[in-house]
This record gives sequence, structure tokens and C-alpha cells, in this order.
Amino acid sequence: MTDPVLSVKNLSTQFFTRAGVVKAVDSVTFDLAKGEIMGLVGESGSGKTVTGFSLLGLVDAPGRIVEGSVKLNGTELTTLSQKDLRTRRGREISMIFQDPIATLNPMLTVGQQVRLAIDAHEKLSHRAADARATELLSQVGIPSASVRLRAYPHEFSGGMRQRVAIAIALLHRPSVIVADEPTTALDVSIQAQILFQMRDLAAETGTAMIWISHDLAVVSSLASKLAVMYAGRIVEQGPTATLLRDPRHPYTAGLIASLPATAKPGTPLTQIPGTTPSLLSLPPGCPFAPRCDRSTDRCEVKPQITLQESRGWRCFHPVEKNAEVLA
Amino acid sequence: MSAFLTIDNVSHLFGPNLTTGEKIAAKLGAKVETRSVRAVSDVTLSVRKGETLGLVGESGCGKSTLGRVVAGILQPTTGTITIDGAPVMENGTKVTTRVQTIFQDPFASLDPRMKVGDTVAEGPIAHGLTKKPEARRYVAGWFERVGLDPVWVDRYPHQFSGGQRQRIAIARALAMQPDVLICDEPVASLDVSIQAQIINLFLKLTRDLELTSIFISHDLSVVQHVSDRVAVMYLGRIAELGPVAQVFGTPAHPYTSALFDSVPKLVLDDDELVRFDTIEGEVPSPLSPPSGCNYHPRCPLASGTCSTIQPLTQPVASLRTVACHHFEAQLAGAAND
Repeated sequence: MTDPVLSVKNLSTQFFTRAGVVKAVDSVTFDLAKGEIMGLVGESGSGKTVTGFSLLGLVDAPGRIVEGSVKLNGTELTTLSQKDLRTRRGREISMIFQDPIATLNPMLTVGQQVRLAIDAHEKLSHRAADARATELLSQVGIPSASVRLRAYPHEFSGGMRQRVAIAIALLHRPSVIVADEPTTALDVSIQAQILFQMRDLAAETGTAMIWISHDLAVVSSLASKLAVMYAGRIVEQGPTATLLRDPRHPYTAGLIASLPATAKPGTPLTQIPGTTPSLLSLPPGCPFAPRCDRSTDRCEVKPQITLQESRGWRCFHPVEKNAEVLA
Repeated sequence: MSAFLTIDNVSHLFGPNLTTGEKIAAKLGAKVETRSVRAVSDVTLSVRKGETLGLVGESGCGKSTLGRVVAGILQPTTGTITIDGAPVMENGTKVTTRVQTIFQDPFASLDPRMKVGDTVAEGPIAHGLTKKPEARRYVAGWFERVGLDPVWVDRYPHQFSGGQRQRIAIARALAMQPDVLICDEPVASLDVSIQAQIINLFLKLTRDLELTSIFISHDLSVVQHVSDRVAVMYLGRIAELGPVAQVFGTPAHPYTSALFDSVPKLVLDDDELVRFDTIEGEVPSPLSPPSGCNYHPRCPLASGTCSTIQPLTQPVASLRTVACHHFEAQLAGAAND
């Protein structure tokens, strides 16, 4: 097996607020191979976005990475200066955000913004940059791209704006793209078009992707492997289909079972009782224990990761072969 | 079939808000933008007592506007809405409390400066369903029904999580003892595990209280789960209406079919590379909808007729209608799949 493009070990990010220390990301570990797509799923506040920000060194005060390493193509990113990071951001690793209207500058034309992104890492003549921008925009499915370069973001629909953001992220053919819920704000028909294109582009360019989402179905149709986050920790990870068919962590199992698509219409859904814990006051042991029907006294200690073949989970009482959940 | 809630030929237009000056200028023949958006166009449907009708469609299709018109929040430009024969609106004023609404965003729909108990009690007191001295007990009863601790009536909205706030919003709607409940994306802003709790609560309450409801959502799996019948909207019109299993199983309208195909499903096979059948293009601007059938520019079955003649709504089976010139071809195609 070749070396992974991105290797994350024991990454922990904390926010030091007046109310206390928020452990947003806690010992996150994973590898990403060239061209691989990993889904990072979890509910709001589970730490998936902060994980993405940490990878790009975008965590601002009062937050900081307190522990762990992020290696991109063999280079350690956590110890780099902001200046060195900036030469890599956009070129080797880039990010797509959920809200395309906040990503784009409303005062600049789309063409100007694409050109700025080109100029950041490459010396190209104005005309060559325009040609490059046109090519990219048509690649992501924007019709009559050369004309649209002169348009402002407000003249684009939500789906088209997100395509522009994707084009900018793909610009320098980075090794890794972190996509943070890029289709959540879009309609299903547009979402389908974009998911489809992203998967093809990743395969074409060999770009690896981390696809952050709360939607298991979206991720399952895109990612070859999956990491499920809960209260800042990855509670389970493994190949997508295996993990969804046969979840080991009770939280993953509960999440799958609570989907309306897995239940008979009109019948009560399986629900996970309670709510997600505050990251300010996490229970000392397994953060899911208070909501878990399998928890025992053992769960007062933090479970370490159990590895089995290509997958792993953090639980003392893993669910065994859970076929009936999806039957 | 006895219709309980009837929506008869309802349209709603949003016109530009003209200033007095602009109105005078328009009268005098100046060019003032007076185009209006037909958010809801000639919608006719009826819902039986105790039935849940799902309303699906993409953003901008008019599903929320229709919900608001039915709830008496917006006045229909034309057409009437009646509950059990009695009109919801008379002379531009809502005249009934029999229809109540639950909105999408439980953060925006509760007054942050009012105790939640007072928020829930406000309507019932104003309409004489309870009296001020008894209001506390009345509200506590509804809190219990929706799974909230009755001692929380003195708290403020910011002290609750999203799921709990949605329960408060449900309690507020139910405390008015409505017959009809309009739910506008009630679970869209909630996490998956919380979403299941609220859906279960909705199923239980509509059954226990024999509520008739319209459930608006862009999430097809949620609608499939809670509804008896479903209406698919596109650009202000109902493309297809029918029992959930039939509409989801064998769509009669090409748009319904394409919409379902573009929803990502849980993939459980290792090697399966899912192909989405995506709909070409985007939803056209409702300011200038296409001629004829408004779906024809994106439709694979479109013919010459479709671009000129608007299809009539016609019955396909009992309780099932479709507005498409080529629904027979669509149904035949679906059967062959």
C-alpha cells in the first residue's frame, strides 16, 4: 500500500472560553489515500467542521490544536507558520464551505475571484488566467462560462454559486479537499448533479476528499469509507457499506435506525433518547453512555479504539451483527 | 369520501410592493415594474378527516405559500379554503382557530422575551379556551402531552434545545385545540436523532387527537413516513397527487419520478457505484414560467403539445390525479423498470 496523502493522528482541538474548555475535537485519527473519499458524519456540535478547520490550520483563538499531528504528503502541518500554511492552502489542500453566499465576495465578479485564486499560487497572464477560469467553470457545469465570468455572485443561483466555490477549490488540483456540507443548502435535484460531478472530478484528478455531512444517505453514495463523530470523537470508522450494514457502535446503529427510510411508513421510528451532551461538560467516560441502552459501569472509563480488519470502534459493548435494523 | 379540508381553485400572487408614488406613476402610464409571481396557481385538493397530506417539492415551488394560505396567514388571491364547510377567511380576515401552524425554525417562532408557558397560553386565553387563573394548569397539561416537563413553563426559549423548542411550538399549536394542523418543515432544522423523536410525537398526536394535517417537507423519506397521501408541487402547481405508496412506487408524472431518483439512498453494497439520474437544468424563475406545461424544458418525455398547452389535472386511479400529457407513457415506463 502506498503512503497516504493525508495522515491525521490523535488530533485534538480545544477552545478556551470564559465558560471553560470546550473539547471540540478529541483524539481524531485517520488516513486518506490518493483519490479516496471519506465521509465524516455526525450531528451538529459533534466536531466535524472543527476537524475540517483544524486540518487547514483555520482554527482561530480562543481555539487551538492542543495535540496531535496532521501530515499532508509527508509534511507536518500543525507546526508550520501561517505564512508557510498559506502557500499550501488552496494548492495542496482546500476547503468548500456549506454556504456559498458567504464564501464568495459580493463586490467582485466571479471571474475576478477565480483569477485571484489563480494568482495566489501561479504566475499567469490575464488572458491565460481567463482561459483557465473558463475551462474550470465549464468543467463544473456552468453553462456559457466565458460570459458568466463577468457576472457577480448575486446573479447566480445557489447551485451555481456552489459550483463556483467548487471550481475555486479544484483550481490547483490539490491533493485533499475538505468539503463541509457543500450540498446541504441545495435542492435535491441540484444536489444530485453536484454529488455526481464531484465524484467524477475526484476520480479524474486523483484528489482525495473529506466529505463532511449529517446526511448518511448522501455520504453513502459518495464515500468509500466513513467516520462517525459524536461529541468530538470518532466513535466508529470503516468501509462505508460494511459500517452501514453492520454498525458496531450503538450510536451508529441508533443513527441508522432512526432514519425514516429504514422504517415501515406510519410506524414509530427508533429514537435515540435524550440530546447530545454539552462539549463543556462531557461525562468522564464514553460520551454516549448517558443515552445508550447498552451502557454499564465500565462505560465510566473512556473506551479505547478496538480495531478489526479495516474498521474500528470505541465501545465496550459493541452491537453484534445488527441485521434486523435494516431488514 | 368526505372532504374535511377543501382547497378550491386557490391561487396566490406576490406583487411588487409599490410606494404611493409608484402607484400614481403607474396610473399615469409610467413604466413601473408590476410583474407578480404566481407562487400558487389554481390548486384544488381536499383532505379527509384524520388524514395527513404530504406536500413536497423543491425550494420556490410554492409549498410553504400554499401552507400559509391554508392556515389563513396569507389571503388567497383567488379561491376559497373551507374546513368542514366553514371558510377559513372572510373579507380578508381569518375567522377560525380550527387551523394552526408549526413552523420550521423553532428559534425564530418563539418570542425570546416571553416565558414559554405564557407563549403557549396567549392564544387559548384570547379565544376563551381557558381563563387566566387556570391557564397554568391548562398549559402544563399540553406540556405533558408533548413530552416536556410541566415545571419548565417559567423558562425562556433560550434555555431549551432545538428539539424541545419544536415541542413547545407543537404545544402552542395544539393548545388552540385545532382540527387542522399545518406543519411547515417541522423537522428540517433538527438533527437526525432528534428528528425521529419529533416525527414519533407527530404520529402519536395526530392519531390520538384525530388531527387532519398538511405536512410540508423537502425530505421525501420523512413525507413518505408520515403521510397518507402526497402532493408533488412544481412551480406553483400540483404535478401529482395520490396515496403515498402509489406515488412513490409508480410515479405518474415525470417530475415526481426524476425527483425521487435524485434523492440519495443508503448504499449498502461495497461495489455498487451509484448513478444518480439527475434532472437537467434548474427550476425556472417563477417570474417568467415556461409556456404550456411548466416542467417541459426539463422533461425527457416532452413533446410539441407540452410547450403550448397546459395539461389538465386528470384522475389516474381512485384518490389519484396527475397533470401531464404523457402520464400513460410515464406509468408504462415505470412498470417496465
